[in-house]
Amino acid sequence: MFDISPAEWTAVLLSLKVGLVATLVATPFGIAIAWLLARYHFWGKSVVDAAIYLPLVLPPVVTGYLLLLTFGRKGLIGGWLADHLGLVFAFRWTGAALACGIMSFPLLVRPIRLSIEAVDRRLEQAASTLGAAPWKVFLTVTLPLALPGVLAGMVLGFAKAIGEFGATITFVSNIPGETQTISAAIYTLTQVPDGDAAALRLVGVSIVISMIALVTSEWFARRATQRMHGT
Amino acid sequence: MLRVDVFKKLGDFTVEVKFTGEGRVTGLFGSSGAGKTSLVNMIAGLLKPDRGFIAVGNDVLDDTLAGIHVPPYRRRIGYVFQDARLFPHLSVSQNLNYGRRMNGVAYDHAHQDRVVDLLDIGKLLARRTGQLSGGERQRVALGRALLMQPRLLLLDEPLGSLDSARKAEILPYLIRLRDESGVPMVYVSHDPNELRRLAAQVVVIKRGRVAAFGDAESALADVTPQFAD
Repeated sequence: MFDISPAEWTAVLLSLKVGLVATLVATPFGIAIAWLLARYHFWGKSVVDAAIYLPLVLPPVVTGYLLLLTFGRKGLIGGWLADHLGLVFAFRWTGAALACGIMSFPLLVRPIRLSIEAVDRRLEQAASTLGAAPWKVFLTVTLPLALPGVLAGMVLGFAKAIGEFGATITFVSNIPGETQTISAAIYTLTQVPDGDAAALRLVGVSIVISMIALVTSEWFARRATQRMHGT
Repeated sequence: MLRVDVFKKLGDFTVEVKFTGEGRVTGLFGSSGAGKTSLVNMIAGLLKPDRGFIAVGNDVLDDTLAGIHVPPYRRRIGYVFQDARLFPHLSVSQNLNYGRRMNGVAYDHAHQDRVVDLLDIGKLLARRTGQLSGGERQRVALGRALLMQPRLLLLDEPLGSLDSARKAEILPYLIRLRDESGVPMVYVSHDPNELRRLAAQVVVIKRGRVAAFGDAESALADVTPQFAD
């Protein structure tokens, strides 16, 4: 039961890689967007707000298909990136990471935005009277105080990225060793006659990964909350 | 020397204040809601006047006619808030060094020791801010503002949130600060006795206007704590 085969390990490690890369690349963008939405009122803000949440409400297969149209080899952006930067997304693990990053973006942004909104602006004012330019205020006061939200967003985003299925399989298909993540592997195993045992093993692995992610984020959040109260 | 001549509309309320502070400590007296904090925020650069002029010494910080508004982080004006506003994610020592780090000033051991001794906060340096009493928090906030080597120190009711025993604990430090630091101060309070002990000149503010201005005794002559309004 617990003998995980090399093929299954491949899917597990690929999922971790895709989830990590998606989360790490998306986080700086997530922080920037969260900060804009938390602190500024600008023309078209509600449109930006809605666009970010779109992947949460659209059928994943629609997002995947749209990604295929824009980031595929012949897509407007995908073609340019392949020609100029040699960056190919279609049917590659990078494409899986892109799909996971976009699908998990709303879950990443929301806790960061809430925690930036919760930072006491009077502390930011104090920092500016002490000589900190706005970007230094952000890096030395706002961001450290919003850290629990940033970590929570990253873990939620990672968990979502690990479990993403619909958009990924539509965009980059289900190629073992390249784009076959845990979810896609489980799906494949449920389609073959004696795949149950292997599918269950992968189910177990995905539960363990999710549990570790949640416990870790709780631990970080507790520590960060203590910092926030100055104890 | 501090020159202030500002007009600011805040909803239904307007602040229109003009004075020139010459002494080491200029007191701002008024009841709550008189516009003292708005005025101090304008001097700090946190609030931009609609019209007017603010200068410290020869440096013009605000001049709406000339289109000058120096942002707070370039004013080098220390601000001690009533609620201290220590950074909770930093230790006491990191709080004290924040202004120096942000201004790119080299660490000055002698200056740091002087301020730490003056305020008697040497024992607190390693603590987190959550472990400080109200009086200790205010002393650390004072130290943090002093260590950025300000050209002017704004103190907005620094004793306002303390009980009378704690006030008596901090007041001697403020007097030492006035006599030993050499930094001009603007001291905001609604307690005439504090101002009599600290300030050479006092500006009395009522409903956003200057009601009296002069040396502490004469400006506060008509004011008793009970009838501060």
